[in-house]
Amino acid sequence: MKSVKHKILVLSGKGGVGKSTFSAHLAHGLAEDENTQVALLDIDICGPSIPKIMGLEGEQVHQSGSGWSPVFLEDNLGVMSVGFLLSSPDDAVIWRGPKKNGMIKQFLRDVDWGEVDYLIVDTPPGTSDEHLSAVQYLAAAHIDGAVIITTPQEVSLQDVRKEISFCRKVKLPVLGVVENMTSFVCPKCQKESQIFPPTTGGAEVMCQDLQVPLLGRVPLDPRIGKSCDKGQSFFVEAPDSPATVAYRSIIQRIQDFCSLRQPKGEDHVSS
Amino acid sequence: MEAAAEPGNLAGVRHIILVLSGKGGVGKSTISTELALALRHAGKKVGILDVDLCGPSIPHMLKVQGQAVHQCDGGWVPVFVDQAQSISLMSVGFLLEKPDEAVVWRGPKKNALIKQFVSDVAWGQLDYLVVDTPPGTSDEHMAAVDALRPYSPLGALVVTTPQAVSVGDVRRELTFCRKVGLRVIGIVENMSGFVCPHCAECTNVFSRGGGEELARHAGVPFLGSVPLDPELTRSLEEGRDFIQEFPSSPAFPALSSIAEKILNETPI
Repeated sequence: MKSVKHKILVLSGKGGVGKSTFSAHLAHGLAEDENTQVALLDIDICGPSIPKIMGLEGEQVHQSGSGWSPVFLEDNLGVMSVGFLLSSPDDAVIWRGPKKNGMIKQFLRDVDWGEVDYLIVDTPPGTSDEHLSAVQYLAAAHIDGAVIITTPQEVSLQDVRKEISFCRKVKLPVLGVVENMTSFVCPKCQKESQIFPPTTGGAEVMCQDLQVPLLGRVPLDPRIGKSCDKGQSFFVEAPDSPATVAYRSIIQRIQDFCSLRQPKGEDHVSS
Repeated sequence: MEAAAEPGNLAGVRHIILVLSGKGGVGKSTISTELALALRHAGKKVGILDVDLCGPSIPHMLKVQGQAVHQCDGGWVPVFVDQAQSISLMSVGFLLEKPDEAVVWRGPKKNALIKQFVSDVAWGQLDYLVVDTPPGTSDEHMAAVDALRPYSPLGALVVTTPQAVSVGDVRRELTFCRKVGLRVIGIVENMSGFVCPHCAECTNVFSRGGGEELARHAGVPFLGSVPLDPELTRSLEEGRDFIQEFPSSPAFPALSSIAEKILNETPI
């Protein structure tokens, strides 16, 4: 971890809100600058989606003297996931907590990432072994913070509040919240609908209540799901989508936040 | 292996159904809740056991969040959702002092609570116990299957959404079911298409076809596709009875047919 400048965890109390989608596209966005070295680590042991979303299904990892080699999508974008260790798409990883913790420790300690500007850690939903292990192992090496993903409805927000509470408990700074699937624009009539109604005010009200930044809101574009299924970057598939615009603005805010924090070993700028 | 089930708190429960998915956010809690409501409308007594300890959604969906759990001689009394006591619910949500409190537990502690939920809740006489689970194939799932095994569960409803990223995780869940000897009652594909309320065009928001294809590949029954309906989301947000209030919703036929399938499999 010494060679990693910025570490960002992507969290949510809730499943299915778009953590992996967001993590993947954060990685794509940051890696567009070929001078920026990006690493994407998928610690969802039971449901590792990142290989599929990054178009790397079926790739294998190799071990060398210096550790495990991640799978490189680009020269400056490396990826690691338990998905690469499974031989079949039907294989189930039926592990209890301690074994999952062991794997995460290995991922964080034994992967030879090289010099990395941004390490993005995609997590499973919840507040359990995987999250505790990641925070504990990374804490010594300074985590920039967590980006928390939600959808607008209360059923998601109630889990996300717990996640924010978790972050506070383990002293993990919250960079901010992203509200995903905010609204849907019908491709036929172009009118907007809310598939997941913000019955309690959505992320905006929650962020005000909990005093955390709202990094942005991303509309639901059906092309996002298709891109992820094909393993293509949504930014390439739909560069003019309002969702792309929203993502890019959020990524910029994250970069700005990280640049305020000096990398490990130098003095911190207090934010 | 013949498991001698002790009389215990599940003795009066006739059928146990687990609702599983490898993937998060596909609608397990939604399907669990709607199934319970539909079975109630068919005159059945239903219990819901919510073993999602990190993200317990069901209390809110049935408008009983914040209720207290009491003790009786037989153990914990589940929370009744209605006056008629036709739906009862147990969830870690009821045991938290503050609703936003995070349950930050490692596996062994989660396992212990799930065992207690199975053995120490006085469920009484129930036609069905629906067990809602978190996503994955880990501690909660193994604990629930182990604790319920002596009572011969009817099987698992496995929920997915249409896109490949979901199906990719759900395939692994089917392997889990096979490995632990849990029969798959069938696959439900949720969030299958959205009908624009303005122009009635149906858009496949989360791709299409994955659920049916998965069922075919795995050789398990396909129970139906439930489309996206903001009224369904809203009902769950507000703790309303969608089955009663929205029988003309596009989501209603699929939800009823899942309940029908369960009822047909379990005649009196």
